[in-house]
Amino acid sequence: MSTLTLGGRTAVPAKYLPVLVTGCLFVAMFAVGGFRYEGFASGQVILNVFIDNAFLLVVAVGMTFVILTGGIDLSVGSVVALSTMISASLMEGPGWPPYLVIPLVLAIGSGLGLVMGYIVHAFDIQPFIVTLAGMFLARGLCYTIGTDSIPIRDPTFTAFAQTRIDLFADLWISPSVVIAVVVVVVAAYVLHYTRFGRSVYAAGGSEQSALLMGLPVGRTKITVYTVSGFCSALGGVLLSFYMLSGYGLHAAGMELDAIAAVVIGGTLLTGGSGFLFGTVLGVLVLGLIQTIIIFEGTLLSWWTKIFIGMLLFVFILLQRLFSARSRR
Amino acid sequence: MTEHILRMSGITKTFPGVKALQDVNLSVRRGEIHAICGENGAGKSTLMKVLSGVYPHGDYEGEILFEGKRCEFGGIRDSEHAGIVIIHQELALSPQLSIAENIFLGNERARRGVIDWNRTNYEAAALMKRVGLQENPTTTIADIGVGKQQLVEIAKALSKEVRLLILDEPTAALNDDDSAHLLDLLRGLRDEGITCVIISHKLNEVIAIADSVTIIRDGRTIETLDMAGDHVTEDRIISGMVGRALDNRFPPHEPTIGDEALRIEDWTVYSPSQPGRKVVDNASLTLRRGEIVGLAGLMGAGRTELAMSVFGRAWGVHISGKLFKDGKPIDVRNVQDAIRHGIAYATEDRKRYGLNLIEDIKRNISAAGLTGLSKRGWVNENEEYRVAEQFHKSMNIKAPGVDSVVGKLSGGNQQKVVLSKWILTEPDVLILDEPTRGIDVGAKYEIYTIINRLADQGKAVLVISSELPELLGLCDRIYTLSEGRITGEVPRQEATQESLMHLMTKGQE
Repeated sequence: MSTLTLGGRTAVPAKYLPVLVTGCLFVAMFAVGGFRYEGFASGQVILNVFIDNAFLLVVAVGMTFVILTGGIDLSVGSVVALSTMISASLMEGPGWPPYLVIPLVLAIGSGLGLVMGYIVHAFDIQPFIVTLAGMFLARGLCYTIGTDSIPIRDPTFTAFAQTRIDLFADLWISPSVVIAVVVVVVAAYVLHYTRFGRSVYAAGGSEQSALLMGLPVGRTKITVYTVSGFCSALGGVLLSFYMLSGYGLHAAGMELDAIAAVVIGGTLLTGGSGFLFGTVLGVLVLGLIQTIIIFEGTLLSWWTKIFIGMLLFVFILLQRLFSARSRR
Repeated sequence: MTEHILRMSGITKTFPGVKALQDVNLSVRRGEIHAICGENGAGKSTLMKVLSGVYPHGDYEGEILFEGKRCEFGGIRDSEHAGIVIIHQELALSPQLSIAENIFLGNERARRGVIDWNRTNYEAAALMKRVGLQENPTTTIADIGVGKQQLVEIAKALSKEVRLLILDEPTAALNDDDSAHLLDLLRGLRDEGITCVIISHKLNEVIAIADSVTIIRDGRTIETLDMAGDHVTEDRIISGMVGRALDNRFPPHEPTIGDEALRIEDWTVYSPSQPGRKVVDNASLTLRRGEIVGLAGLMGAGRTELAMSVFGRAWGVHISGKLFKDGKPIDVRNVQDAIRHGIAYATEDRKRYGLNLIEDIKRNISAAGLTGLSKRGWVNENEEYRVAEQFHKSMNIKAPGVDSVVGKLSGGNQQKVVLSKWILTEPDVLILDEPTRGIDVGAKYEIYTIINRLADQGKAVLVISSELPELLGLCDRIYTLSEGRITGEVPRQEATQESLMHLMTKGQE
């Protein structure tokens, strides 16, 4: 049983099944929203989901790399917050220009990821505990810069942040969406067409086999945490476009949203199986739940969490079935 | 003292597709040490699992009489309750707990649910004295050697008022002093009236300690001998153990043997988990192009450890020795180095170490040879697909397509994927560890044909196998390994199952 036959005609390989389920769910949610609420079924609603979640999408891309190797990165939310904080303080205090601040922030994020990846690999410590330490460290560093929210007033930065890119027929997106899409495309390409990408899947599928095939497992692990650190820092930059401020409380709990998006997108938490496209769908599903709750109007925002919780249960059970079947 | 404490009769145990035990009979007299001998896979361990209730009643056919009573064990708890305790080769101790805690694990000395530590340590000390273990009862298991851990297991068995003690390969991991001490202890227990069943590959030990021996081959009882009455010698036991049916067919093969491809000299490897234990001891082998060389050895002889340590130090610590490729010394520090020098190793445990089961055929085949399929880090997917299709056809991998997930293929087809993967790296030396384990007869023949083809292409092949007929049918030359040392090198014409088994069971002189 390597394929699932739908309607007796088209056959879908089992590895695409979770992504397909998420895709169907997204379409169904959009259809239901369109029926229930006036003005829901427009392209701008979907684009708004992208605009509001561009930073989460970028962070989730990094998380996908890590989870594909069978690891986890709990530090991403804190690194996002630290990035907003460093950006804001450097632009407001000494008045550094954005084209100096942004590369610096990206370098700091990547550096943090590199260090965590190195510790995970060299000392053979569970990624959970290493990145938990990283999470506390980065969050704590935010408060050494400042305990209050720092507004960003740099003219170039705010001008860029408020740019609207008009598409056809009154639809528009923000520059952040363009950046997020570029990140997704590049990452998908790297995962599927490079030796590094193959090593990511192989290390997550069976680390011992990968070692005995001569694949550079250690280097791969260090690299995925660096990628995740870079993506978190970039996510932080996008969040500061969105918020126009730096604050130590920004992106609290975002690591869990990113993990949820990756899992709902069909990536196995044990590693080795999943697609970036699934992660994109996962972020869209999370965003659409929020949109529906706003449209509903009467529901309070914590219903978002309840729905995400229920969805996660469903998807984890689905993965269990999926992996139980392939082990036979 | 001739009354039988245990009688197992007509035991048959089937696994899907395999009859592991067929009409096996075993009678053990009260107060004796009874040895069970047989090749790897003969069914010794399965028989002991039936006896100890690991395979519950109803899972097998046949009858077990213990102390004259019929036994229908539903699990290990039942058999332990009856007084039968099994000590497995891999010790079942909790490393971070103390000796005393381990002895009474699951059987705690408690008063109204609260553990009585004084009594625990006091009783543990008494049991430890009985087995000759001089340690503090509060020492943790991780801090004592394997030999002492073995004694803790025995003390644990004694705490359960054992009447029949089963030891599976008790001395396999022990050094000479610890082995001697253990054998003395077993003699002492026998004098106290405890009956012992011991599974061992070390025939000199069997001769030294056992009162009678039962020989098992291919899941059947061959014979039970009385040591004293039948004047049993090592030769006598070996002649019963070997002589497996030669039911595998082998494709005809005329070797064209060329120059030396790989030479291993004075290779010594230490165990990573048991400091100071030599697993491979000063081994030297030569492999020549176009030649299929066999490596025979019983379980625990160090075959896989030898192969994996040569393959880029993938196993073991403090590895010493020299490697020569085509006559020139080479330095192999990791698996990548080994692959670069044209060495390939197909593991005995393909599901855990050889394949990525959740990935498809194509990506499994390309995994080790990606360098050749990519430019500056970018994989050429068309080329990858073409190569995989080629192997799909030439290796006759039975699957709908190269996109099929490897985990769902049969053992034989999985093995063909593993071989394809290594052939793609264009090796000069292939080390195949149990290449036909868990594979049906038809697919075995195909694997043999592939191995012959590889040799004809001028590659050197080293085949590690537990099946002597396979080595005799396939190989041009056979090395034997015993307790980590090369004990013989026999050309095919001169090799017989008996002569090989002799060399494989040769103990330390």
